Amino acid sequence: MDALGELYSELILEHYTHPRNYGDLPGADRVEEGYNQSCGDRVVLLLKLRDGRIEDIRFRGYGCAISIASASLMTEHLKGRTIQEARAFAQEFKDFVTGKREKLSPTLGPLVLFRGVGRFPMRVKCATLPWHTLSLALEEKNASQEEEEKEIT
Amino acid sequence: MFDVDKIRGDFPLLSQSPQGRRLVYLDNAATTQKPAVVIEAIGRFYETCNANVHRGAYALAEAATEAYERARRRVARFLHAPGPEGIIFTRNATEAINLVAYSWGLSQLKPGDEILLTEMEHHSNLVPWHLVAARTGARIRAVPLREDYELDLEAFYRLLSARTRLVALVHVSNVLGTINPVREFVQAAHDLGALVLVDGAQAVPHMPVDVQELGVDFYAFSGHKICGPTGIGVLYGRPELLEAMPPFLGGGDMINEVWVDRSTYAELPHKFEAGTPHLAGAVGLEVALDYVEGIGLDRIGAWSRRLADRAARELSSIPGVRVYRPREGSGVVSFTLAGVHAHDLATVLDAEGVAIRAGHHCAQPLMRRLGLQATARASFYLYNTEEEVEALLEAVRKAARLFAPLVERAIRSPVQG
Repeated sequence: MDALGELYSELILEHYTHPRNYGDLPGADRVEEGYNQSCGDRVVLLLKLRDGRIEDIRFRGYGCAISIASASLMTEHLKGRTIQEARAFAQEFKDFVTGKREKLSPTLGPLVLFRGVGRFPMRVKCATLPWHTLSLALEEKNASQEEEEKEIT
Repeated sequence: MFDVDKIRGDFPLLSQSPQGRRLVYLDNAATTQKPAVVIEAIGRFYETCNANVHRGAYALAEAATEAYERARRRVARFLHAPGPEGIIFTRNATEAINLVAYSWGLSQLKPGDEILLTEMEHHSNLVPWHLVAARTGARIRAVPLREDYELDLEAFYRLLSARTRLVALVHVSNVLGTINPVREFVQAAHDLGALVLVDGAQAVPHMPVDVQELGVDFYAFSGHKICGPTGIGVLYGRPELLEAMPPFLGGGDMINEVWVDRSTYAELPHKFEAGTPHLAGAVGLEVALDYVEGIGLDRIGAWSRRLADRAARELSSIPGVRVYRPREGSGVVSFTLAGVHAHDLATVLDAEGVAIRAGHHCAQPLMRRLGLQATARASFYLYNTEEEVEALLEAVRKAARLFAPLVERAIRSPVQG
C-alpha cells in the first residue's frame, strides 16, 4: 500500500466522517482545550472521572481527518480506563507516532493505523493533538485540585 | 515571448531536485526562490566588500557604505520614491509596519481616534495596530469584504470619518489575490486628513508600484517575496512625515550626539536604522530588483496571473472544488475541496511533489469572514510553468479520488465540512 493510502485508511476516513463520542458531556469534571496554532485544529476534551477511572469521555472541535480520527479512536479506547492507564496510553501513542517506539500494545488496537503518519512529519502534531490535550486534562495538579474540590462539596 | 525555461535556469533550487524529489513549487506568496545572481551577490559582498557602514575611516568601509546606500537608491527608484531619504531598511514588511505603529501610532493616536483596516489584512497589518490601540485608546474599524472578494468601497466611505487617523490596507491580498484600488482609498482618506499605510508585500513582486502616483504615506514590502534574501524589507515613508516621527529602535547608527542621559538623532533615513543593518541583504535585494525589472514586472505579473487564471478555471471544474478569487486577481488561487480539510489536501499534493500552502495564511479574520478554517493556496511566480499548473490539477484530482467518499458526502449535504 502506498504511504498515502496507509495514512488515509478507510477506518481513519470513517472516523473522520462519523466521529465517535462527539458532543457535549453535561457534568464533565474536566474540560481541556487543545489548539494547534499552525493549522487551526481545535479539540475540546470533556471527561467524567469516578474512582480514578474515566467514566465517560467526549470531544468537540474541528480539524483535519488525522486529528479528528485520532480523537475519535482515542475516546473509544479510554472509556473505563484508569487515569494511570490513560496517561500511559497517551505517552505510548505519542512515542509510537514520533518513531520513539516500534509497537503499540494490542489494547490500543486500530490506533496502530496512525503508524503511517510518521512518513509525514508535518502531520504528526495533528495525530498527537488529542493526546496532548488528554495529558493536560489528566495532569496531577488537576487531579489533586479536583480531589480538594470534591472534599469541599 | 516569456521564456520561462530560460528563467528557470536562473534558479539553482529549481534546476536541482531538492531532497531527490520532484518539486512543483507553488508557495510563492510565502517566499520566492532566489536566482543565482542574488545568491552570488550576497557571497561576493562578504568576499570583497564586507566592513561596517557609516563609520569606518578606511577604504573598505567606504565601499561597504557605498554598496549599502546604492541599494537604498535602487529601492527608491524601484518604488518611484522622491529620494533615498524616505527608504528605511527593515527586516521585512512586518517590521516596517511595526515601525510606523510604534513611532507614528504611539506618538500620534489618542482615545477616540480610529484606525481603519480591512477584513482581508494579513496578521502583520492587524496585530501591530492591536498593540497600539491597546496603549493609546484608539479604536480599530475594518472595511468589510464583499461576496465577490473585493473590499466594500461603499462601506469604506461610510466608515471613513474625521475620527479616522490612519487607513492601513493590503495592496494585494495574500489569500484571495484581490488587487485593491489603493489610489481611491488614498484620495478619500487624504480628503479627511487621514494617512494611508499600504502593505505591499504581495504587490511589488507582480506589478510596478509608484508610491508618488498612488499618493501613499507609507508603503511596506519584504525582499524575500521578490527573489531577494530573507531578513531585508523596506518601509517607504513620505520624508516630511518620517522627519516628524520619533525613532522606533534606539542604538548605534541612528544618533547624532549621545550623552549619558539623552541623545539627538541622525538625519533620515538613518534615524530609523538602529544597529548594524543587513548589509548583504540590502545588496542582495538590489540585485533581485535588477533581476525582476530586467524581465519586466508587467510581464512577470501577466505570466503569474495567466497561470493562476488557468488554475482557478480548471480547479473550479473539479467536483467539490471551490475557488475563492475575485474576477481579476493576482497570481494567487485559494481553494477548498468539499469535505476535505486543507491540510489533508496539502498532504496528498505534497506526496505528488506539489508544494502549496494550507491553513489560515496569517489572515484569521478573513478566514472567519469566509466561514472557513483553512484553505489550500497555490501561488505562482515567474518561473512556474503550464506543466506545473497541470501537475497541480492532477494532484487535486488524485486527492478528490482518494477522498471520494468524503467529497461525495459533503456535496450531498453541504452543511458538513
